[in-house]
Amino acid sequence: MVTGLKTGDQSAMAELYDRYSSVVYAVALRVLGDTGAAEDVLQEVFLQLWRNPSAFDAARGTLASWLAVVTRNRAIDSLRKRRPETDIEDVVLSVAPDLAAEADRARVAEKVRGALGGMAAPQRSALEMAYWQGMSHSEIAEKTGEPLGTVKTRIRAGLMALRKAFQT
Amino acid sequence: MTEHEQYAEDLALYALDALRGEERARLDQHLATCAACRLELEQLRGDTALLALSAAGPRPPQRARKRLMDAVALEPRVPVLEQTSTGRGWWGWLGWAATAAVLILAASFWRENVTLKETLASASSQAAESKRQLEELRQIAAPIIEPEAQRVTLVAARTPPQPQGKAFYLRKRNSLVFLANNMPALPPQKAYELWLIPTSGNPIPAGVFKPDAHGSATVVNPPLPPGTEVKAFAITVENEAGSLAPTSPILMMGAGE
Repeated sequence: MVTGLKTGDQSAMAELYDRYSSVVYAVALRVLGDTGAAEDVLQEVFLQLWRNPSAFDAARGTLASWLAVVTRNRAIDSLRKRRPETDIEDVVLSVAPDLAAEADRARVAEKVRGALGGMAAPQRSALEMAYWQGMSHSEIAEKTGEPLGTVKTRIRAGLMALRKAFQT
Repeated sequence: MTEHEQYAEDLALYALDALRGEERARLDQHLATCAACRLELEQLRGDTALLALSAAGPRPPQRARKRLMDAVALEPRVPVLEQTSTGRGWWGWLGWAATAAVLILAASFWRENVTLKETLASASSQAAESKRQLEELRQIAAPIIEPEAQRVTLVAARTPPQPQGKAFYLRKRNSLVFLANNMPALPPQKAYELWLIPTSGNPIPAGVFKPDAHGSATVVNPPLPPGTEVKAFAITVENEAGSLAPTSPILMMGAGE
């Protein structure tokens, strides 16, 4: 489908939208909590892919995960009322074999929610504040009243726990 | 604590865009010179993708699809024949080289045609013309082929140089050409080893290489079992003499495009 975009094929764009718009919209809505703002981000993300399909490198992960990360970054920029900070070409993910099959996205989501549910509440909370609210570690420390070092450790340990859940 | 362990927690924050100010600037500096930390950052970003994929919710309204497709229809695009080269290392340079080569060939064929028509007039003038053409080609190609030529790659200012490799594999001829750039230097006794990962079976050694002072390296037609169907290529760090099987973690990997 991305190859179709490179040739300027509008039907490839429609097919790609039908397959991935639910992921993009869910991520945008989770960050922004507002359907209108989420639709704006949805529009922006797909239009950027249309304008520059080469920004996605198939050798480095699935389109679903790439779109999810690009959307999250754009949504956080929108939430914090700042200009886009990350160019979509700068979003580089390592190959994640467990995400290779797009059809398994529901299973992946379930597994992530399971891993998050298994974390201690303060750890999950630190990770979610950083990811879904775009808070810096010092903002999280200020909000929770915890030392900076503790916040850093919790966030890294949270990501490692997620990684581990997909290695077993 | 090793240098990499020192950065481990900051890398996680960086992957989440949660690191700011001086700490971010310091890590940016380190990332520009440390391939291991860049690799870890990519893996951490992969981990954050998992978080993003955990989001669930309603499907977008139908009007969003119409809005997008209307906008797409207003922006018809010409087919992209070559990848644009923003921030992609010297592939852009190769594009220029390929364009130059095509131009040279085209000019050469055109001139050859003209020359043939003049052959009857004078065999000696043809020889002179050929010599002149050869000299002209040599001059045009000199910046591309001369070893002492300066080669400058322009990339986006805030993109740290990323190690990149490109493998060209032609199974029916058992032929492999591999080009790499921005590869970090290695200790004296170590080298990079390229692996062909077949669709079934163990990784096959596909050449050992050391990058030059600019981080560039090539592997041309290493000995390979004939007719091997490839699933991916990968790179590890091995002893200088090479290994028969990978003994260290994969640093770089890519499947077919």
